[in-house]
Amino acid sequence: MPTMHASSSEVYTIDAQGLDTRHLNQAVRKSVNNGHREIELLNVTGQRYIAAGLQGDLQIDIHGTPGNDIGAFMDGPTIRVHGNAQDGCGNTMNSGEIVVHGDVGDITGLSARGGRIFVRGNAGYRTGVHMKEFQGSRPIIVIGGSAGDYLGEYMAGGVVLLLGLGLEGGVHQADFVGTGMHGGVIYLRGEVRGIGREVAILDTTEEDRRFIEGLLKDYTKHFNVGVKDVGEGSFKKLIPVSSRPYGTLYTY
Amino acid sequence: MKTPIGVKGRNNPYGDDKVIDACSIFGMMDQQGRSMAGRDVVEAMTNMNERTNGLGSGYAVYGLYPKHRDQYALHVMYDDRKALEWGSGFIDSEFKVIHDEEIPMDRSHCKADAPIMWRYFVDVNPDRLNGTGEEDFVVQRCFSINTSEKGAYVVSSGKDMGVFKGVGWPQEIADTFHLDEYRGYLWTAHGRFPTNTPGWWGGAHPFSLLDQSVVHNGEISSYGTNRRFLEMLGYQCTFQTDTEIFSLALDYLLRRRHLPVEVVANIFAPPLWKDIDAMPPQQRNLLRGLRMVYGGLLMNGPFSIIFARHGLMVGLTDRIKLRPLIAAKKKDVFFLASEESAIRCVQADLDRVWHPRGGEPVVASCGNIPASTNTVLVMSS
Repeated sequence: MPTMHASSSEVYTIDAQGLDTRHLNQAVRKSVNNGHREIELLNVTGQRYIAAGLQGDLQIDIHGTPGNDIGAFMDGPTIRVHGNAQDGCGNTMNSGEIVVHGDVGDITGLSARGGRIFVRGNAGYRTGVHMKEFQGSRPIIVIGGSAGDYLGEYMAGGVVLLLGLGLEGGVHQADFVGTGMHGGVIYLRGEVRGIGREVAILDTTEEDRRFIEGLLKDYTKHFNVGVKDVGEGSFKKLIPVSSRPYGTLYTY
Repeated sequence: MKTPIGVKGRNNPYGDDKVIDACSIFGMMDQQGRSMAGRDVVEAMTNMNERTNGLGSGYAVYGLYPKHRDQYALHVMYDDRKALEWGSGFIDSEFKVIHDEEIPMDRSHCKADAPIMWRYFVDVNPDRLNGTGEEDFVVQRCFSINTSEKGAYVVSSGKDMGVFKGVGWPQEIADTFHLDEYRGYLWTAHGRFPTNTPGWWGGAHPFSLLDQSVVHNGEISSYGTNRRFLEMLGYQCTFQTDTEIFSLALDYLLRRRHLPVEVVANIFAPPLWKDIDAMPPQQRNLLRGLRMVYGGLLMNGPFSIIFARHGLMVGLTDRIKLRPLIAAKKKDVFFLASEESAIRCVQADLDRVWHPRGGEPVVASCGNIPASTNTVLVMSS
């Protein structure tokens, strides 16, 4: 049986040591069903799908290394990861926020349709792949450091902001940025090795800069850093230069 | 070959028969050559059970047989007693057998009919060589056994190392082979079963030839091309799955061609042409040359692999990184894994953790044990 104890009337603590994916998630859901709104998970080591599909105003603090697909299909909660997250962080997330105090693996925010992901450090390959936006819903991913190849691959909507903090030589290793992208925007500080054929790099507008300013402020708040820690230097924006490039694919 | 195994209702921990698509790979090396128990490796593998389905797992251990350091250790898998008799007779006639014994197994952990596993510590009789190199002689005898159709398969053949593998979860295979009783300075491990091909004892990873071994997550779409290339060089594929290609290619490139691992990585996962075209002339010529000469060993398809030989452990993914790989270090211990959590569960406090770039090898060498590669590559324009 999972070890569970409420460490205070506010925060409900679950020790994940020895629990597999299914039992840890059952314990989390059970505590939510019992009315807990703040949950703390200790000794997390690779359990997957944490907070998957959870709805509403919840705070989940994770200590350790959560497994793949953390926050998948999540709709509302805030997750703070005090460490690194693995692959598929925020997979198909609907709304809510994931704040990672370390690095994230590949395919962060894949197919997300809303919510926000803040990563203090670096991201792996294919960040934001297949993100989309609709009506008032617009997913946002903020990466403090750098990102791997295929950033924003097949992006159909949403925002990726890459701060390039600690970047050596001012050039991200990322190649094929925005390949297949046909919606949304990537704001970049620093050069990239290469971009997709469907996208172009443009200067930001006043409106873009105001928007970025707001996200930078949130970044400083989440990671408790000063304004000067989010770096200097202007951002460029990368956007698709065609729309619906395959709209006629099956019509002729 | 024995009938492939399908264990109903046990394809994942939830018993709903869904086959979850992934493999787990793990590698751990003490770079000072200090020997380590297998406990941590098994724990790391068990941590990644979510990636596995209980139909295959295995371990390669280096520094395994210090008492027989100078002999080739042949781990041979037999379908039955008749095969064992034939195989032991064959090995006796071809080698000088210093010692042989059944590999101790606790069959209560085996969910499917396990083969007989035997190990032989052998020397090569110089009179038998007739101009053939000693290692080539061993390789040829391994192929003779594997292609005999007698139900005998050499699963490893290196000195002071060995492979233990079969059908089961990582923990089950470890318990079956009493891995807690072995020590080594370098361990690699794999969970799940061969992609696209039946799960059977010989088809589990690692695949190994002489002291070279490989564990693999992914699939090799270029298998046919690679296999034809290797067959022209005298290699034979007998384990009915794609990953075997890597172990044969490693034997050719590392041992026979003496290529440095970085070059081997550039053959398996070469830079894209657009990147090659943008390189300075010397580098460009080298990479063009490699693609011309060794194009048949370009491994197409999604993969992450860990390959090893004495004194060396290397992690590599395909160029566009369609499979995961994490590297980490803690003092002298070098880790490679599919997931960070697997490393953290055996070493929570790491000096460094990083995501290697696609197609770029992560090379861990060992201070005390000279890697068996002779570097003779010359870059010329």
